[in-house]
Amino acid sequence: MPIKDYLRERFFPHIWCPGCGHGTVLNCLLRAVERIGLSKNEIVMVSGIGCSSRISGYVDFHTLHTMHGRAAAVATGVKISRPELTVIVPMGDGDSLAIGGNHFIHAARRNIDMTALVMNNRIYGMTGGQHSPLTGYGSGATTAPYKNIEPSFQVVDLAMAAGATFVARTTTYHVRQLVDVLVKAIRHKGFSVVEIWSQCPTYFGRKNKAGDAVAMLKHYKESTAAIGSEALEQNPNLVGRGVFLDEQRPELCEEYERVIQQARQGRQ
Amino acid sequence: MPQVVKFVQGNEACVEGALYAGLNFFAGYPITPSTEIAEHLSLRLPQVGAKFIEMEDEIASMSAIIGASLTGCKVMTATSGPGFSLMQEALGYAVMAEIPCVVVNVQRGGPSTGLPTHASQGDVMQARWGTHGDHSIIALTAGTVQDVFRMTVEAFNLAETYRTPVVLLFDEVTGHTRERLFLPEPDEIPLVERLRTSVPQDVNYHPYLPREDGRLPMSDFGGVHRYNVTGLYHDMWGFPSEDPHTVHDLIHHLVDKIETSVNSIALYKEYYLDDAECILISYGSPARSARHLVESGRLSGERIGLLELQTLWPFPAHVVRERCREASYVVVVEMNMGQIVKSVKEAVDRPERVFLANRVDGTFITYKDIGNTLRLIQGRGV
Repeated sequence: MPIKDYLRERFFPHIWCPGCGHGTVLNCLLRAVERIGLSKNEIVMVSGIGCSSRISGYVDFHTLHTMHGRAAAVATGVKISRPELTVIVPMGDGDSLAIGGNHFIHAARRNIDMTALVMNNRIYGMTGGQHSPLTGYGSGATTAPYKNIEPSFQVVDLAMAAGATFVARTTTYHVRQLVDVLVKAIRHKGFSVVEIWSQCPTYFGRKNKAGDAVAMLKHYKESTAAIGSEALEQNPNLVGRGVFLDEQRPELCEEYERVIQQARQGRQ
Repeated sequence: MPQVVKFVQGNEACVEGALYAGLNFFAGYPITPSTEIAEHLSLRLPQVGAKFIEMEDEIASMSAIIGASLTGCKVMTATSGPGFSLMQEALGYAVMAEIPCVVVNVQRGGPSTGLPTHASQGDVMQARWGTHGDHSIIALTAGTVQDVFRMTVEAFNLAETYRTPVVLLFDEVTGHTRERLFLPEPDEIPLVERLRTSVPQDVNYHPYLPREDGRLPMSDFGGVHRYNVTGLYHDMWGFPSEDPHTVHDLIHHLVDKIETSVNSIALYKEYYLDDAECILISYGSPARSARHLVESGRLSGERIGLLELQTLWPFPAHVVRERCREASYVVVVEMNMGQIVKSVKEAVDRPERVFLANRVDGTFITYKDIGNTLRLIQGRGV
């Protein structure tokens, strides 16, 4: 099926700024869905609030645009009540890890079968460029006029420690890898986390003299390397890309089916 | 077949009522004095193939029931004051996105952590206005275990009928009082099932296009119609809109669908009102004390009556106005600093004749407390 058939074209043009990485995420996500061969009726997309969360409006799935930070919690209700559905939860960095941090770690701990995308542009874009939990020490933001004094979460480490069973990281420059990783993440049974570096030239870029979208993508290319690559081994300053964890552990909805069987037997 | 009778506390009656109404998804977080509702449902729901989950907080609990309701479940959460505060954000989302759900608040003393194990009715106004923005809400209450069951069933029926969250405002005394519960036969109380669209697959379905009667048929998430749900102002497709006409129409729809149905939502009980010159108005567990005073007053020939409100929001002003027209004075009995008394004053023809008999020290209000207030009003001294 052509990618455009997954889109709600009547709701275009989208709201994203020129050069924003989120459109690339949307593109790669739809290619992943197409490659897996999922039908549009099988997919529920649950998002929160922010630039990233508007992605749900543009896709022709069952789409639920919820509250800031609450996407994982609402998605939990969807998934437990209808475990046969494929649930995809795109979130921003502030959305998933500041206001939604509690829901994020608990969804990971439960290992509920859904795919969480952390579309990491290191800034609150919708409100005009305030620092987020992923902005990073020393970076600029409208609420860090003297530079940010707070360190960042390490999303990959956090997700693994919280109990996610599939954890990956890549960027909007590495689009082939992004599609591959999303295919694996969506197919994975359990809580999947994919951190996607997604450039925000409008706010993060301007506040940090990071250049335009092309310059920011070039930076993604130069500052990362595939896990297991020689380049990564030789240069500890590079950030690893790829799948960090992919393992099977009991999944919440399947466990609950077991509870139902047990409760029904006890009743007889 | 002999009728099933149970000896249970109000919180268990709420569980029985919810199961009777067809509850099949519950999400909650432990909090006194509502915890028994979650405990019993964690046992009972899987026995009927339904789902229970203990979430990480009340924000998540309210969020999870919203997600489950959209897939077609009848859903509920239960909490008390501090948890109810945390639920206000998602409660507003359910109002805006028109998602049927039942929210139980077994009230305790507030503000803040307050009096966790003592009764209060301090959340009446929070139920009405706790979430931000203009909106309407339905809130029911009950003072006996039997009424807790009945009001719980009603809450599910109203949530489905009006596509709205319904708040059940119980209190610690009602929640923890053990008394007899007659379980109705299946089909004895009519149940409202979800109105689902008749629009076939592959035909455009408009999730937010009301029918002529104002109701919006739903389509289960994950079914054959794909649509968008948002907390933003939205058009008939469920897609965000800032068009002034769309915004105007939606806020009026959200308020009008409830406020114009106040007559059919109004539930109440009346005792000896016909010739009453003194009318007590009460709700929840204080109505038990009020009724005691009325019954004993009648024995000694006093012309005293009781209007027990079971629907608090939308406020049944027409009922209050009509019943209190001939009364010399009206005494509102509630366990707060005076929340419903304001609505009563607004409703009646002579607001200067409306008084408050309250108790706010965590101790249950007795018929003697109410009697003392009556004597003060009548100039007889305490």
